[in-house]
Amino acid sequence: MNLTLHVWRQNSASDKGRMVRYEARDVNPDMSFLEMLDVVNEELILKGDNPIAFDHDCREGVCGSCGFMINGVAHGPSHGTAVCQLHMRHYKDGDVLFLEPWRARAFPVVKDLYVDRKALDRIIAAGGYISVSTGSAPDGNAILVPKDKSDRAMDAAACIGCGACVAACPNASAALFTGAKISHLGLLPQGQPERRQRALSMVAQAAAEGFGHCTNIGECEAVCPKEIKLEVIARMNRDFLKASWTSRQKPLAGSDG
Amino acid sequence: MQLDSKVPSGPIEQAWDRARFDMKLVNPANKRKYSVIVVGSGLAGASAAATLAELGYSVKCLCFQGSPRRAHSIAAQGGINAAKNYQNDGDSVYRLFYDTVKGGDFRSREANVYRLAHISTAIIDQCTAQGVPFAREYGGTLSNRSFGGAQVSRTFYARGQTGQQLLLGAYQALERQVHVGGVTMLANTEMLDLVVIDGRARGIVTRNLLTGTIESHVADAVVLATGGYGNVYYLSTNAKGSNCTAIWRAHKKGAAFANPCFTQIHPTCIPVSGDYQSKLTLMSESLRNDGRIWVPIKAGDKRPPDQIPESERDYYLERRYPSFGNLVPRDVASRNAKAVCDDGRGVGESGLGVYLDFADSIHRLGRQAIVERYGNLFEMYERITGEDPYKFPMRIYPAIHYTMGGLWVDYQLMSTIPGLFVIGEANFSDHGANRLGASALMQGLSDGYFVIPYTLGNYLANTKLEKLEATHGNFRASEAAVTAMTERLLAINGNRTVASFHRELGKIMWDYCGMSRTAAGLETAIQKIRRLKDEFWRNVKVAGGPEGLNQSLESAGRLADFFELAELMCIDARDRNESCGGHFREEFQTPEGEALRDDEHYSYVAAWEYAANGAAPVLNREPLEFRYVHPSQRSYK
Repeated sequence: MNLTLHVWRQNSASDKGRMVRYEARDVNPDMSFLEMLDVVNEELILKGDNPIAFDHDCREGVCGSCGFMINGVAHGPSHGTAVCQLHMRHYKDGDVLFLEPWRARAFPVVKDLYVDRKALDRIIAAGGYISVSTGSAPDGNAILVPKDKSDRAMDAAACIGCGACVAACPNASAALFTGAKISHLGLLPQGQPERRQRALSMVAQAAAEGFGHCTNIGECEAVCPKEIKLEVIARMNRDFLKASWTSRQKPLAGSDG
Repeated sequence: MQLDSKVPSGPIEQAWDRARFDMKLVNPANKRKYSVIVVGSGLAGASAAATLAELGYSVKCLCFQGSPRRAHSIAAQGGINAAKNYQNDGDSVYRLFYDTVKGGDFRSREANVYRLAHISTAIIDQCTAQGVPFAREYGGTLSNRSFGGAQVSRTFYARGQTGQQLLLGAYQALERQVHVGGVTMLANTEMLDLVVIDGRARGIVTRNLLTGTIESHVADAVVLATGGYGNVYYLSTNAKGSNCTAIWRAHKKGAAFANPCFTQIHPTCIPVSGDYQSKLTLMSESLRNDGRIWVPIKAGDKRPPDQIPESERDYYLERRYPSFGNLVPRDVASRNAKAVCDDGRGVGESGLGVYLDFADSIHRLGRQAIVERYGNLFEMYERITGEDPYKFPMRIYPAIHYTMGGLWVDYQLMSTIPGLFVIGEANFSDHGANRLGASALMQGLSDGYFVIPYTLGNYLANTKLEKLEATHGNFRASEAAVTAMTERLLAINGNRTVASFHRELGKIMWDYCGMSRTAAGLETAIQKIRRLKDEFWRNVKVAGGPEGLNQSLESAGRLADFFELAELMCIDARDRNESCGGHFREEFQTPEGEALRDDEHYSYVAAWEYAANGAAPVLNREPLEFRYVHPSQRSYK
């Protein structure tokens, strides 16, 4: 099949950027979307042009590196699928596709479709962990975790940190991402001692990074390649509100690391 | 070159305790004065960086990805072994040690393996406490499953995303240290050279992948945790960015490279579908617990699987290895798959595939049980192939997955360059000629959480290091060399892309240095690699310039190193006139077609020393002694 691509080209964060049209010819339906772009890039390189920059690594849908908008939808049309796992059999000859980077103030564009998502790391650094230094753990089976809680924690922990939730949100909110980590750790007995502090610190950090607030639109859940549920945001809000009303703790100072 | 493994004397059960007691400690108040660079942020790197910072060292950690959470450990699916014996099925530290030495086909260092088995239980405790959501039983205890090469159930898992969850645990510990200032994290940063001063590793030179800036970093010790080199084959289950550059450039500065030809071919990957293919996807080996592997008995039988009656199917692993069945070690399963496909009995369009069939298990356990165990893997398979594995058997074929070889390290995990430590897949130490399933995660975390924090302290406490600045001549020289290489790559401006060279190199390696090898084939491969390398340096076309994000330049630099490593792999494979584990030389096999070791002549670690200016690498041998697990012909029958 042959496709027409309109791709956002932007040389650097300070460059203005523009859409450029490319033709992708003889696309094999078994190719992944990124493999289709690989072929387009090979041609561009041989012509002496700059290839289209996009972040990617594992190409198995788990590292969270890849992701861009395809016709306005983060990661494209397949439900629960990162763009590296989207295959060209979902398209047909003559389709016209518009590819744009994640757009959010907290995700500066590095080049073309490649954005910088270190803001998400800083949200984790603010409190997305259980403070247990190496060596100080009790026996694994000394901590009993009910299976249903463990399963729900795992559902939330499956987040790959790709940022599609932010890109899809009209407010560029990182609530689904932040809520997923707060839920994962807050559901487990090991996560209880820091539960309130964690919610306060992570929510504060997300705001400091310039992510917007959640207004329950639900676009994030719709595009999440790991199908993280909106419920994690409710859990985050509950932990945050409880902590705000009842706790003496304050958010830990944000780090710029 | 002198290879001193520094294995403690005396009974193996107490070796690690004794070694730790003999170590010199660094005064807690002085730790912050020591700087350590950790290159790589996968399981080994992240756990090491976090733990060293918890102890008080000043740590700098770097990764080429945009975030440490994206390191390729994230993609490990199946699980992590530990000798907990929670299932009361006869497991013990000694049994895990025994299985690992045997599974490695008697080419690993016993003392290291024993330590790994010994530490395995503490890893599960640590990860559980961090909140890793391991699978649970209804009573709330930890659940286990079986894995290839073992007859006990000792594998802990978090659905099909064990690597992801363990890495996120280590990543979160790392970010906690970033927050308190113990670790300076440099993402999007690639190490391009190791700087050695007065015979000791004293820092590295890096390229900032977003800006193109070349920078020097001084340290008191350097830890490489940069993973394996499977991408030398182009198509592998590794991430696209996984590369050998850090370990190869350290090798060129004097670190011996051990057993480079020991590579692992994973039996259960999704078969190749076309030329454009950029990588291969693994289906966790845990699938072999409930899936049955078969091919048609008749060669060239192209009927769809549901029309091939039971009597015309060959469940060849169950037939040949009745006691281990579908759970034989990876090398055995892979070679058998190749053999049936070479017989013309392979399935799928290319004929390079075998069936992995869940019909019996779905019938016996119900669909829901299979969904719970493997749901995400089945989805992944369907997404990639467009076929529903609940209805049709999966098609699988072996693919390059892991490299047991790596930089040589002693018992302290220090390379032949003092002050340069190597951990995780990047070193050679624990898996011999074949790694058992669910042991990579165990080794990465063992090295990072529980070994390096002690051994690195011991090195620092015993070593007097001069204060240095990045203006030192050796740093300047490395910066100049790195810059010159970048300029040279950009100046060629030829007619072929980096990927086209890489694909061709991969094909040479897969054909001649893959699942089976011959002396003549390896000789051919060496000639072909040299010619291709020459052409690369004359005819590659790298897009863009030295500044800013340039993915074409990144891959060109990595490929330049892969060429050199590929040649060394072939030299090593040609030199080892025996078959062992993943290294199968056709000339050396039993009448039944199993790997035939030659313990009399090859019971050693081959540690290769780099020779400059195209001279032949120098082989150093570390003899292997087996005092506990006596070498025998591995039998899984």
